[in-house]
Amino acid sequence: MSEFRKLTLLTLAMLASFLVGMFGVAHADPLKVGFVYVGPIGDHGWSYEHNQGRLSVEKEFGDKVKTTYVESVPEGADAQRVINQLAAKGHDLIFTTSFGYMNPTIQVAKKHPKVHFEHATGYKRSKNVATYSGRFYEGRHVAGLIAGKMTKTNIIGYVASFPIPEVIRGINAVAIAARSVNPDVKVKVVWVSSWFDPGKESTAANTLIDQGADIIMQHTDSPAPVQTAQKRGVWALGQASNMSSFGPKAHLTAIIDNWSPYYIARTKAVMDGTWKSGDTWGGFKSGMVEMAPYNSAIPADVVNLAETARKGIISGSVHAFTGPIKDQSGKIVIADGKVADDGMLAGMNFYVEGVEGKIPQ
Amino acid sequence: MLVSLELRPKASKAMVYQSPLIAVFMTLITSMVMFWLMDTDPFLAINAYFIEPVSTLDGVAELLVKATPLILIALGLSVGFQANIWNIGAEGQLTLGAIFSGGIALAYFDVDTPFLLPAMLVFGVLGGMFWAAIPAILKVRYNTNEILTSLMLTYVGLLLLSYLIHGPLRDPDGFNFPESRLFHDSALLPIIIEGSRLHIGFLLTLFIAVLTWMLLIKHIIGFQIRVIGMAPAAARFAGFKQKKLIWITLLFSGGAAGLAGAFEVSGPIGQIVPVISPGYGFTAIIVAFLGRLHPLGVVLAGILMALTYLGGDAAQITMNLPNAVTGVFQGMLLFFLLASDVLIRYRFKIGSIKKETT
Repeated sequence: MSEFRKLTLLTLAMLASFLVGMFGVAHADPLKVGFVYVGPIGDHGWSYEHNQGRLSVEKEFGDKVKTTYVESVPEGADAQRVINQLAAKGHDLIFTTSFGYMNPTIQVAKKHPKVHFEHATGYKRSKNVATYSGRFYEGRHVAGLIAGKMTKTNIIGYVASFPIPEVIRGINAVAIAARSVNPDVKVKVVWVSSWFDPGKESTAANTLIDQGADIIMQHTDSPAPVQTAQKRGVWALGQASNMSSFGPKAHLTAIIDNWSPYYIARTKAVMDGTWKSGDTWGGFKSGMVEMAPYNSAIPADVVNLAETARKGIISGSVHAFTGPIKDQSGKIVIADGKVADDGMLAGMNFYVEGVEGKIPQ
Repeated sequence: MLVSLELRPKASKAMVYQSPLIAVFMTLITSMVMFWLMDTDPFLAINAYFIEPVSTLDGVAELLVKATPLILIALGLSVGFQANIWNIGAEGQLTLGAIFSGGIALAYFDVDTPFLLPAMLVFGVLGGMFWAAIPAILKVRYNTNEILTSLMLTYVGLLLLSYLIHGPLRDPDGFNFPESRLFHDSALLPIIIEGSRLHIGFLLTLFIAVLTWMLLIKHIIGFQIRVIGMAPAAARFAGFKQKKLIWITLLFSGGAAGLAGAFEVSGPIGQIVPVISPGYGFTAIIVAFLGRLHPLGVVLAGILMALTYLGGDAAQITMNLPNAVTGVFQGMLLFFLLASDVLIRYRFKIGSIKKETT
């Protein structure tokens, strides 16, 4: 009898502790994830896509996470205050999504060694600061092939933001790809010195069309260039997100930044305690870069060409920077049969043959 | 029935100083209605906006960090505005101040000397003065409108910064990204509160506020500035040298803005970046008027304006309110200030419009 009693007690105790455990899990504080955006979430470009990533984290983990964002945070003295506030308010994982947040993120991370930081597009890391970015040039390669096939005037107009390596890399990837299918193509670039300025972007697109461009590409975040292309009856390629609703006729396709898989994976890593600092540079293969649906006006053989290239990039048989590649002066910068390594891509600071003008500096 | 505005015989002096308080009060009431319409608890929202950001010592320090450039620039502008000299280009003067002082820091980036920081501040002032001297010389020589020239020079200044940061001032080890190297420790402003970002520039700004007050109230120049603003003909009659006052007010406001730029790069930023100011030069115009162009008022108005920015962050983080609310706050504040100003100087008159015969 006493044995039985002991057993019952033990079982009860185990059940109780199990219940308490369940109770504890059910009431554990959700993981707080913070996001800092450089633009408004309604920009339909860069910040919009990061916010989509945030929403998919919420969708994936439900009430196990609580996400917060702060939008339109200037890249000067304010960034550090905002990031610090997020850390001080108990966020366990903070994504800072613009290059200008690099030093502020490193500074705040020093003060909060237990918080995990993720900085987009930067190169400074520490024990609790990881970096990540997309291989958008892979998407530019596919876009460049389509542009080279679709242009009649052989002039691609490019609305660019700031002459940083990422933007130069995109321009070069387009020029190389377009000229591989149409050697007469020239790329004309207009710098608008802003990531988000619909007025200036639209003016730049108009200028390029006036100079004969019949394809408008952009490395700025508003859909204004697509709208301008639609109005003027030329083709456009969207940036960061699917912009076809802003110019359904003009919009050939777009390079989509899909941050969702990365954000979900990193959130999970913090939950599991497996988070580690590092550098992630994802492309088509990891799903961080995607192409928007192709416009039905693109001939089947061109779609085929684009898809073959995209699959080739995923399998590793195609690289956007495969030699021989010449710079503007005709000097070979990537030898025949070689491909550019990540170091060269990360610091790219020259135009390839076929791009007009000079890099402003 | 017609409603028209008619000039009051005499504006109440007490009301002139109370109108900013009325504007703040009206903004609070209206915003609570707005929050209520947005299905947000108005009291929680007001708490997030105005109480939470300053509930910690670090929060207060951040408030003063944000307020410092606004106060400093507005002090300079208020002197000019009293003399009807409209320097709208403080943003550009700030940028030049940042370039000049940051340029010194980068030129001696590996030199550890106590003279570096004072030199940077002096060069910051000179940079701002240099940029303000262009509208001054154009106005004195060719009677060019300083509103246009100073405003247009802002964009020239921003492009100059863009050129420099994408070229000569770029960090040689920075993978061609447009940022300078981080400043040496001896090029950074000393911190007042340990562990925060509150720097000595705030104390210097308060000191400059006292100097500005003395200039305006105790000095003959201040008297001349006020007379020329209120009654230009009388000033001419009294033989005040108008050109001299144009020079003094523009150089003073340009120097203050340049110093603000120097504080930003040697304080919270610590390097030269493509965007140094998120529009402080323009926001300071609101601060100057909110502070009634009076040094003490400007200090208080600068702190209030800074609070709306910090409150905007806090409201986004704790209440998930959109950032646009910050802009609505600032807009309402200015609107109510102007509205109460109008009602202090004018009164409603109901009835048909009649030509004034008196």
